[in-house]
Amino acid sequence: MTAANLESMYQEIILDHYKNPHGKGLRDPFEAEVHHVNPTCGDEITLRVHVVGGKIEDISYDSLGCSISQASASVLNDLVVGKTVDEAMVIHEEFLRLMQGKGQVEPDEDILEDGIAFAGVAKFPARIKCALLSWMAWKDAAAQANEHALAEEK
Amino acid sequence: MKGLLPDLDLVRKDFPILERTFDGGETPLVYLDSANTSQKPQIVIDTMVDHLERHNANIARAMHHLGAEATEAFEGARDTVARFLGAPERDEVIFTKNASEGLNLVANTVPLSPGDVVVTTEMEHHSNIVPWQLATQRSGASLKWFGLTDSGELDLSNIDELITPATKIVALTWVSNMLGTINPIAEITRKAHEVGALVVIDAAQAAPVLPIDLASMPEEERPDFLVFTGHKVVGPTGIGVLWGRRAALEALPPFLGGGEMIATVTMEKATYAPIPHKFEAGTPPIAEAIGLGAALEYLMHVGMENIHAHEQAITAYALERLASVPGVTVLGPPDAAKRGGAISFELDGVHPHDVAQVLDSKGVAIRAGHHCAKPAHQRFGVQASNRMSSYLYTTPAEIDALVEGLEYVRSFFKLDK
Ligand SMILES: Cc1ncc(COP(=O)(O)O)c(C=O)c1O
Repeated sequence: MTAANLESMYQEIILDHYKNPHGKGLRDPFEAEVHHVNPTCGDEITLRVHVVGGKIEDISYDSLGCSISQASASVLNDLVVGKTVDEAMVIHEEFLRLMQGKGQVEPDEDILEDGIAFAGVAKFPARIKCALLSWMAWKDAAAQANEHALAEEK
Repeated sequence: MKGLLPDLDLVRKDFPILERTFDGGETPLVYLDSANTSQKPQIVIDTMVDHLERHNANIARAMHHLGAEATEAFEGARDTVARFLGAPERDEVIFTKNASEGLNLVANTVPLSPGDVVVTTEMEHHSNIVPWQLATQRSGASLKWFGLTDSGELDLSNIDELITPATKIVALTWVSNMLGTINPIAEITRKAHEVGALVVIDAAQAAPVLPIDLASMPEEERPDFLVFTGHKVVGPTGIGVLWGRRAALEALPPFLGGGEMIATVTMEKATYAPIPHKFEAGTPPIAEAIGLGAALEYLMHVGMENIHAHEQAITAYALERLASVPGVTVLGPPDAAKRGGAISFELDGVHPHDVAQVLDSKGVAIRAGHHCAKPAHQRFGVQASNRMSSYLYTTPAEIDALVEGLEYVRSFFKLDK
């Protein structure tokens, strides 16, 4: 990896989110809590979602890991809190498309905002899992919260 | 520097991959990940190619020239392994796929019952933990652990509580892949044998760097089983070794069933071949075994005493140089004489993934993560660490490159002086 590649991976935006993560820490109330790990490196996240009437009121999390995994959790928080679950799923899909695009995908900035900074990470297969850890945890938690909501309705 | 291999330049020329560069030739490879897997000398590559080009056949069951040549080479490799280990008998050498398979073989075949105890340590590789978790869960036996001291050595203060007449197995690593620690296996084996327990030694990190001579060990201090893996001793992947004391191996039932491991088979039952073939079901990794033989011949030619001295010199130098980098904390014993070739460390303020990524941009290859030793990391309250590991081809200049790389990491992530 050349120095230029290194710069493209560690965008200022990513380092900023890493140093000052948004929304970090576990909070109440929540409908679902999940714990995900990246088995190859041991990165971990505990993540809670709080959904009211289909709207994501809060995502709170506690995590240990590298700059990429930490920054991506922070960006996730920025992008998804305040959206409906359906809107958030669209963002999730776009982030996934970017990360799985082997560096060939042009991300949609309107959808991903700061998330486009992860385009450089997609070129490094070993780091894609780091970037996706919180997003996968969120998807899992959102699905559980949804089941919870359906059960409540009954 | 005292202890370095005198012909280090020549040794390096034997390993073609060390010529690799990146960024169009600008960045030379600095390979400091040999505890993960070692690089291969030309002689190993050539021996395997020659086998495939000129002698390839299945072993033991082909009645033709090539079959005879392949069988001779394969069994010749077993002789070489026996010499490398100083094994009392060559038939005590079982070829496996890797160290993990050797440990699983023993854990799956030793008889265990409720009330029995298996003892291992908090510094094991997952390969020497999970098979014993499975075996004790299956049998109702219990699993107990030697703890670690703050300096990363085994805490033997409660050895008399751990090793009792209920103890059937003591399974431990000779050299830790995370902490680098060399464990006092003779003392522990003696203790285990006093209560009739079997001792299983994981030599995956010891075999590359320590001279081993099983036959010269006093019998009370000689382990019953010992495993290592080919790819860490400059051999290929796909081949490993389980050595076992003849009587201990003979007492075990077969692990896998198949061709080669039988004496005769009827529809009702089978009788088994004598060791080593009893434990080698199916066509083995033939080219890999032959490659391993060439690898061990190479190491013995350089001399294991010399390799050990080289590792200690490099390790001492690396410990000294790492101490000069602000924010670096080394895990494990501070004394190079007590260590194998792996040094795990933290760099305050930067996650190991990020350290490894930035070092990689300078051509410096290290490992980042938990190195398959999560309990050991937990013991020291560390989620992940960086690990540099050297081998017989490592130069002091490569340690300097690592240290320069770490300075660059510090500046890249804007850490304060
Ligand atoms: C101490 C130790 N034991 C066991 C192993 C497992 O070796 P393998 O993966 O070749 O089975 C390793 C290698 O990673 C090791 O370092």
